[in-house]
Amino acid sequence: MNIHEYQAKALFEKFGVAVPKGAAARSAGELAGALAALPEGPTMVKSQIHAGGRGKGAFTDGYKGGVKFCKTKAEALEVAARMLGNTLVTAQTGPAGRKVQTIYFTTASDIKKEYYLAVLLDRAASRPVVVASTEGGVEIEKVAHETPEKIFKVVVDPAYGLADFQVRELAAGLGLSGAESKNAAKLIRGLYAMYWATDASMIEVNPLITTPAGDVLALDAKVSFDDNALFRQPEIVALRDLNEEDPKEIEASKHGLSYIALDGNIACLVNGAGLAMSTMDIIKHFGGSPANFLDVGGGASKDQVVAAFKIILGDPNVKGIFVNIFGGIMDCNVIATGIVEAVREVGLRLPLVVRLEGNNVMAGKATLAGSGLTIVSGDSMADAAQKIVKLVAG
Amino acid sequence: MAILITPQTKILVQGITGDFGGRHARLSLDYGTLVVAGVTPGKGGLFFEHGPHRVPIFNSVKEAARATGASASAIFVPPPFAADAILECADAGLDLAVAITEGIPIRDMVRVKRAMAGSRTRLLGPNCPGVVTPGTGDRSNGGCRIGIAPGYIHRKGRVGVVSRSGTLTYEAVYQLTVRGIGQSTSVGIGGDPVNGTSHLDIVRMFSADPETRGIVMIGEIGGSAEVEAARWIKAHCKKPVAGFIAGSTAPAGRRMGHAGAIVGGAEDTAAAKIAVFKECGIEVAATPSDMADALIRAAQAMGVALD
Repeated sequence: MNIHEYQAKALFEKFGVAVPKGAAARSAGELAGALAALPEGPTMVKSQIHAGGRGKGAFTDGYKGGVKFCKTKAEALEVAARMLGNTLVTAQTGPAGRKVQTIYFTTASDIKKEYYLAVLLDRAASRPVVVASTEGGVEIEKVAHETPEKIFKVVVDPAYGLADFQVRELAAGLGLSGAESKNAAKLIRGLYAMYWATDASMIEVNPLITTPAGDVLALDAKVSFDDNALFRQPEIVALRDLNEEDPKEIEASKHGLSYIALDGNIACLVNGAGLAMSTMDIIKHFGGSPANFLDVGGGASKDQVVAAFKIILGDPNVKGIFVNIFGGIMDCNVIATGIVEAVREVGLRLPLVVRLEGNNVMAGKATLAGSGLTIVSGDSMADAAQKIVKLVAG
Repeated sequence: MAILITPQTKILVQGITGDFGGRHARLSLDYGTLVVAGVTPGKGGLFFEHGPHRVPIFNSVKEAARATGASASAIFVPPPFAADAILECADAGLDLAVAITEGIPIRDMVRVKRAMAGSRTRLLGPNCPGVVTPGTGDRSNGGCRIGIAPGYIHRKGRVGVVSRSGTLTYEAVYQLTVRGIGQSTSVGIGGDPVNGTSHLDIVRMFSADPETRGIVMIGEIGGSAEVEAARWIKAHCKKPVAGFIAGSTAPAGRRMGHAGAIVGGAEDTAAAKIAVFKECGIEVAATPSDMADALIRAAQAMGVALD
């Protein structure tokens, strides 16, 4: 689960991580009130959407920049009015962009130098890792590619937590000393404490800055959380913004389905995450283009199959459907019955290819064949994939 | 010999009184697996009954292991309590803990993995289909099945299968079986980013197992476990290996069902992993329908008989 920058910074403050003074507004009426909380002077106006590249983004009405520096609060108010309710397109949003529903104002900081700092899971070590770089304010992937020696890592032993010597190592690695080093240490400890306490998957601060006054501040904040841990993080769940999520994905999660929309035209309905991924791959392999990832799980019920059909048919780009089920334990005939009922309930004007394999498969195939519906049967994954690609190509 | 478990392995089931655990305990009993105990705190002294089977239930893993000689556990405990259930296996000194549970918080697994360092107990999973060593009976009956995989699609034989994904494991096993090629053991290591046993751990066991003549290794996007295993294979493994990586079409930054199946950078894409497989002499299956045939090609090239 992702949250907005303004929410992340509120959490930062709770964990003693210094941030520029800021205030959020969710409607035009709230803009002036939010600005009133900040001192007069240079102010940043930041569109709040769950996607990066906001500064370089452009709005669909032609207005440029989702993050702007303003010399005065009056100017900030005007800029914010242009952004709020407008749709921002960035390198990460896709061409449709995202509607800006919240504006975050912050006091513009004097920047001495920019850095990078993140806390995340080191998968190879199965431990948390703090990643830092002297190169901040630029894409970290670019730094990793061009100057990998400027990125360094401290792997944390979860039995002890982040040790003081590691905090000193990080501050020294960033080239900080004196008051800056002390302030950075407090910030790093706070970020790690938050990572651990909130079940975060990743906390990324890019840039982290030093100011001429010796302050160390998190200028931006990108935070995501482990979905598996949300059951014990009610305060984090309360930060979820459904406006930022695909309505089809929200609907799918209500039915215990795992769905991710893609931009192709062949919808997939599969049991198991690995098989669902490779079903997309095999469609591509035979020249088609998958419209989605959809895993109905190991014990899919008839209701789930019906819900799944409704969700995939809600995508106007879909021109054909590929159902790929390996019913190891679950009865293929139950699945086949679910497919037939789903098709009867939602109607079907698109080609449908079904590949069934596993437990009670003969009965399942008989149910499909006897349904009177035009369902094409595939013998293997490859056979079925070729059939649906051909049918969709017309 | 097979790896991890043999048809003689005695297993216990944590969460045997739940729907999910109970259903799969019955399927394992039907398969001929020695399910000798169940564990549900507070239900010790009761029995889990299925046909002719009467499996005693204990309050703790330690009691169950002591009374029945069980050396492996199948864990079907809900996510909030699963980490505790795994640690209980380690404390009881079992050989193997197989965590089927999906949705365990990553922080819990980070702590569990740290706590199990140096333990004699091997953890498989979590979020995995488990492990099957096929038996010699009809449709491989008489084997040892821990977890949720369909036992009947197996056939006793000489190919080792290792995968993060359940249904892709079944796909590979089934393809082998219909071609008359049996399996020594099939192992699902699970789709979570922090797991107990890696591709490399299993590949090393298959490589050392005299009964195993060929290996199918199935991976997916995210992390670097498959790459690590592939490099080891290049340096040390003398057996034919076929590989498949799922997720070529997955968009970066999105979690594809499995918590661990997410592309973070250039290194953990399907294309990058496939390139390493090829470089390490692994015969790559072009599609998931090609997994068994890819192994047959690899075996023929090395002059190895798989049956």
